[in-house]
Amino acid sequence: MEIKVITKSKEQTKELGLKLGKLAKPQMVFTLTGDLGAGKTTLTQGIAKGLNIEKTVSSPTFTICKIYHGRMDLFHFDAYRLEGLHQDLGFEEMIQGDGLTVIEWPMYIEELIGDEYLEIEIRLLDEDEREFVLKSNGKQYEELLGELTI
Amino acid sequence: MSEIILAIESSCDETACSIIKDGKEICSNVVSSQINVHKKYGGVVPEVASRIHVENISVVIDEALKTAGITMNDVDAIAFTQGPGLIGSLHVGVQAAKTLAWAFNKPLVPLHHIIGHIYANGFVDELVFPLLALVVSGGHTELVYMKDEWSFDILGTTQDDAIGEAYDKVARVLGLPYPGGPAIDKLAKEGKAHYILPTPKTEKELDFSFSGLKSAVLQLIQREEKKGETIVPADLAYCFQETALDTLVNKTEKAVHEFKPKQVVLAGGVAANSRLREKMTETIGAIEGVHLTIPPLWCCTDNAAMMGAAGSVAYRHKLFGALDCSANPCKEIDC
Repeated sequence: MEIKVITKSKEQTKELGLKLGKLAKPQMVFTLTGDLGAGKTTLTQGIAKGLNIEKTVSSPTFTICKIYHGRMDLFHFDAYRLEGLHQDLGFEEMIQGDGLTVIEWPMYIEELIGDEYLEIEIRLLDEDEREFVLKSNGKQYEELLGELTI
Repeated sequence: MSEIILAIESSCDETACSIIKDGKEICSNVVSSQINVHKKYGGVVPEVASRIHVENISVVIDEALKTAGITMNDVDAIAFTQGPGLIGSLHVGVQAAKTLAWAFNKPLVPLHHIIGHIYANGFVDELVFPLLALVVSGGHTELVYMKDEWSFDILGTTQDDAIGEAYDKVARVLGLPYPGGPAIDKLAKEGKAHYILPTPKTEKELDFSFSGLKSAVLQLIQREEKKGETIVPADLAYCFQETALDTLVNKTEKAVHEFKPKQVVLAGGVAANSRLREKMTETIGAIEGVHLTIPPLWCCTDNAAMMGAAGSVAYRHKLFGALDCSANPCKEIDC
């Protein structure tokens, strides 16, 4: 299943994230692709809100992974700096329990991603306008998209 | 009473060990920099980082003890960076610290990396409280208020990218090498105010935001390309740097007026930026009743001496860790 959503501001992007966060179930994985400045961290900030996380969600680029606690944990990955390397990085041990894993730049950390996940591609249409292409891989993600009201 | 701290730091690039006497005297300070390895990849690659930390750690500890002319028996406590940082890199330092503590029966002092950066200023100046620290690095952009010696309040923090990260990403777009800070700082000296970039806005006055500025640089390049214009990299570096650094200095100035600290210190890797040092001196240095400390370059970048300085204070406060403590890549400053 594939859904396309257009947002016209940062607030609308966060709103979309909030809806996705509310629908997220334990152990789900969302991948985010899009250029620098596309709005990956902004969407994740909305997702965190949907998980009732109160802390500021900032870019995880430097430490690759940040963990937040809400109605369930959020493991926020950013593999931007792992480009060109595919090795066992020991991040699996950071993911314990039933959280939601959100991965920016997933192509650089494929070994962490199974067969089932929600693929989110962000396309920059204009300076403020973005198209989000949401694609489900697996039944539970198809159900999630089915429940998403835009 | 005299105390000797052995401090270990391995949160990112550097494997480092230092011996500090009474919180002030640096008996040895060994840093084994990994930066050349990372240049190849345009960033810090954690796997490379942790592997090199493993190779370096014993050598670095050995060297630190030898240079100081002491043995493990003379050491009173072992301080180490518990977080935040890269998980693989942190583990190496934490394991080494725990092994030494267990083998030689010494207390362990786990520390927050940023507290080390702040206390680095204690090597060059007497720290007077209340104190305000502007902490700027690849992973941090924070205004930390210290009412007393070991009290930390975050007045403002980045809502998205850290300042050093914004420098690295803009540098990459401009085709400049890693780390982006020194490269942009150097290029900006040849630039002029040619482009206009938006001043970052945040909901809370003392917070920071650099993601919008990063996007604005990208959009500016795309716009100019569409028009068939060539970008002048030096001018863009200049405009980015001025906009980014003005935010830092303006917010620090606001915090000074609101919280009235007696001292302001600059801390973290981006504190090495020559333009930031100038701007801080011009603006904060001119405020009456506030003493400004700009640390020398050697203590801006990661090193273990700063962890030793912070470790001495924590040791006196008896803030010990248990042998089962582990690396915490998301460690908070205020707990």
